[in-house]
Amino acid sequence: MCLAIPGKLIAVAQDQNGVRMGRANFAGIIKEVCLEYTPEAECGDYVLVHVGFALGKVDEEEARRTYEALESLNQLGDLDTPGIEEGESPLGLGPPRTELEANSVAASGSKSSTVGEVL
Amino acid sequence: MKYLDEYRDQALSDKILEEIRRTVTRPWVLMEVCGGQTHSIVKYGLDHLLPNEIELVHGPGCPVCVTSLEMIDKAHAIAKRPEVIFCSFGDMLRVPGSNGDLLMLKSRGADIRIVYSPIDCLKIARANPEKKVVFFAIGFETTAPANAMSVWQARQQGVKNFSVLVSHVLVPPSIASILQSPLNRVQAFLGPGHVCTVMGYREYEPIAARFKVPIVITGFEPVDLLQGTLMAVRQLEKGRAEVENQYPRVVSREGNRTAQQLVNKVFEVCDRKWRGVGSIPKSGYKLRWEFKEHDAERIFDVKEIDTKEPLACISGQVLKGIKKPHDCPAFGKECTPEHPLGATMVSAEGACAAYYAYGRHLQSFARASNPDARKSVEAPAHV
Repeated sequence: MCLAIPGKLIAVAQDQNGVRMGRANFAGIIKEVCLEYTPEAECGDYVLVHVGFALGKVDEEEARRTYEALESLNQLGDLDTPGIEEGESPLGLGPPRTELEANSVAASGSKSSTVGEVL
Repeated sequence: MKYLDEYRDQALSDKILEEIRRTVTRPWVLMEVCGGQTHSIVKYGLDHLLPNEIELVHGPGCPVCVTSLEMIDKAHAIAKRPEVIFCSFGDMLRVPGSNGDLLMLKSRGADIRIVYSPIDCLKIARANPEKKVVFFAIGFETTAPANAMSVWQARQQGVKNFSVLVSHVLVPPSIASILQSPLNRVQAFLGPGHVCTVMGYREYEPIAARFKVPIVITGFEPVDLLQGTLMAVRQLEKGRAEVENQYPRVVSREGNRTAQQLVNKVFEVCDRKWRGVGSIPKSGYKLRWEFKEHDAERIFDVKEIDTKEPLACISGQVLKGIKKPHDCPAFGKECTPEHPLGATMVSAEGACAAYYAYGRHLQSFARASNPDARKSVEAPAHV
């Protein structure tokens, strides 16, 4: 029920009632999408769509960061082993831990953290 | 398909699984909150790929399942009226009320229509000014912005023959209710990624702190779910209990504020009865008084309806993570997706229906205890 799918915006316009609408491409299937909740979304952006509404833009930078962090999982896992300095990327592979931490967007004053901090 | 296929990558899944095996040292019970996550976990067999120490139990996050029998009976009472066009998401049509389901009513001549989006109902209402168009507005916080927008636009555009039968439910009170149960087994949660796309995850922070339970906001693809599991297990192993975000590509701490504002204009929090579980304080949305002209319960004056669930059904305990579908003697026998006895069998996202759909009612299907039998994640193409 909470299924939401990323689609690429290919058109943005206002309808006759002034509602911000768009058309999104889901791997070849084109659907109408209401963009009232994503005023920042433009053509070419990926939006997460649920029952005809774009609920948010897909953050391409975060997607890339998560993916890279996962791909370098084994190397990063080795950071926990003794003998390797924190912040040093073992074997020179994968982004160093400090960069990941700097990139994580833990909200101000919150204990919450993002993937970058824990991987 | 971009942002889906990458997260069904087998090699990456294997890597995360290996890291989970390296991390875990003792048994832990994790609950995935959302029915979509349950469906993915069962479909890809992720629970069987995890080390034996990690048990996944399935949460209450299927809004179709937990819509109360009383509310479904109210929907039937409204849909039967000759002046009504009753609109609903497709998955509600097969959910049994006290006297059959909406599909059965449709076959007897009621004008019941499946819509993709609540906004479609406004078009139907404009095209049928002599009819009263009613939308069955169910869902969690993910769906609330869409349903709120349909009511908002109806008022803005003067579509007076449109109303909604609201049965919205909220995730945080249900999690708190599970944790307060004396029978609770859940030690960490995989939080609902799309609910949090709308709401953010601030409201989960006091729950994590109060109950000392890790909550990892998690996506829906195999890589997401395995990574969320890894993050939760790392917290458990280190004795931490924080809210973490596995799904930052769409979830922020603040969520979608534009959506939250409209939801708050149209809806207010109320107590809500959950099918199989009972009433949970402040666990739902109802329409604000200002929108009473669009409130189907008021317009059609449907009274409280007294209902009874079958005694054999244990769906309440399944929804709280206390029991699993296999623990029910009726599972796959008297109770099937064609003839569901209770909440968790009525929708494809219910735990019992997901188990049934992927063959887990069959005798031959048992958790593989032999590590060699654990296979890698296969990534079937589906959207």
